[in-house]
Amino acid sequence: MELLAFGDTGWGDELFYATLMTIAVSITAMFIGFLFALIFTPLKLSKNKFLNFIANSYTTIIRGVPELLVIYLFFFGGTGAVMFVASIFGYNEYIEINAFITGAFAIGIISGAYSTEVFRGAIQSIDKGQFEAANVLGLNKFGKFFKIILPQTLRLAIPNLSNVWQITLKDTSLISVTGLVEIMRQSYIAAGSTRDPLFFYSFAAVLYLLLTFVSMKLINRLEVKYSRGY
Amino acid sequence: MDLELMINSLPKLLNAAVITLKLLSVSLIIGLFIGLFFAILRLNKNIFINRFAYGYSYVFRGTPLLVQIFIIYFGLGQIEYLRSTVLWVILKEPYWCAIIAFALNTGAYTSEILRSAFQTIKPGIVEAGKSLGISNKVIFYKIQIPIAIRQSLPAYGNEIILMMKGTSLASTVTIMDLTGVAKYIISTTFKPIEVFIVAGGIYLFMTFIIHNVIKFLEKKYSFN
Repeated sequence: MELLAFGDTGWGDELFYATLMTIAVSITAMFIGFLFALIFTPLKLSKNKFLNFIANSYTTIIRGVPELLVIYLFFFGGTGAVMFVASIFGYNEYIEINAFITGAFAIGIISGAYSTEVFRGAIQSIDKGQFEAANVLGLNKFGKFFKIILPQTLRLAIPNLSNVWQITLKDTSLISVTGLVEIMRQSYIAAGSTRDPLFFYSFAAVLYLLLTFVSMKLINRLEVKYSRGY
Repeated sequence: MDLELMINSLPKLLNAAVITLKLLSVSLIIGLFIGLFFAILRLNKNIFINRFAYGYSYVFRGTPLLVQIFIIYFGLGQIEYLRSTVLWVILKEPYWCAIIAFALNTGAYTSEILRSAFQTIKPGIVEAGKSLGISNKVIFYKIQIPIAIRQSLPAYGNEIILMMKGTSLASTVTIMDLTGVAKYIISTTFKPIEVFIVAGGIYLFMTFIIHNVIKFLEKKYSFN
C-alpha cells in the first residue's frame, strides 16, 4: 500500500494526475470526434455520390486500420505536416507539437469515425413522417433540425455513443507510446522504477474499470433523461 | 511521395502480415473455446458461477487490451513461483503472452455474443426437440449450438475485425507484426505517410476479405 502513498514516497498522486489526464484526453478526443461526425454525417446522408464516397472512405479506412498505426502516423507525421504548413507561411524553425494535442487528435479521428456511423444510423431510423410533419408545420431548416430531428436522434444515439465513449476511453491507453503521461504511461514509469509491474499494471486495470463503471452510470442517467416521453 | 520506399517496404510488410494473421487465427481459435465455455457458464442458474462468468467478461471488456498484455507479459514474470513451473516456458515468450492476452480478451467478447445468441433461441425449438424424444445433450450440441452460431455470425465478424486490429498491440511487446515492422520502417526512414498507406492498405485488404467471408457464410447458413 505504501507504493500508492501520496507525496514523494509513493505513486498515489502521480497516478491520480495521470487518471485526470486520461479523462481529459478522452473528453477532448470525444469532442473532436463529434466535430468530425458533424462534418461527415451529412456527407454520408447526402445524395451526392462524390460526397458519399469521401465520407465512406473516412469511416472505412479508420475503422479498418489499427488504432496504433493511426497514432504512429500522427506521432511521426504530425510534426512534419505542421512544419510543412508553417513553411508555406515562411516559418522554418523546428516546431514540436504537444503530445496531448497529437494524441487527442489521433484518438478523436478514430472516435469520429464511430460517432459518424452512430449518428447516421440514428438519423436514418427516424420516421419519415417526422420530417414531413416538420415541413407541414412550416419550420425552417434550423428549426426542423434542432427542434425535431436532433432530440430524437440523441435519444436513439446515446446507447451507441456510450459504446463509442468506452472505445475512446480504452484507446487513450495507446497514446502512452507517444510519451503522454496518462494512466498507462505512469504505470509504466512506476513499474520500471519499483520493479513491481504486476501491481502497477493491475492497479491501472482497476483505474480503467473504475472509469468505465462511473461513466456508464452517468450515461445511463442521460439515457433516462432523453427517453422522457417514451 | 516516395514510391520507391513504398515498393521496397511492401515485401517486408507482407511478411509481417503473415505473423499478424498467425496471431489472429491462433488467438481466435483459443478465444472461441473460452467464449463458448463462459457463455455456457453465464446460462447456468447457479448465481456464483453466473457472477464469475459475468465478472470475467466485465473486467476484460472494461480494461484496455494494452493493460492486459502488459499484466501478462511484464506482470506474471514477477511471480517467483511461476518461474519455476512448466508454465514459464510459455510465459517467457512474448509471442505466447500476446496470444494469451488476445485469446482472453476475444473470449470475453465472444462469450457475450454467444450468450445473447443462446438467449434469442426460441424456447419452441428446444421444446420441439424434447417432444421428439431427443436427449438434452443432443439438443444442446445439435440444435442450440448451430442456431447460436448462425445468430452470432454478424457480431462475431465484427469481433474478428476488432481482434485483427487488436493484434497490432503485439508490437508493444517486441513482436514484429505488421504494425511493428511499419513502426520500425517509419522510425528509420521518417516517411510515416508512405508506410501508413502500404501497411494500412494491407490491413484494409484483410478487413475486406474477412468481411466478405462472413457475408458469404451468413448467406450460406441463412434460414430461408
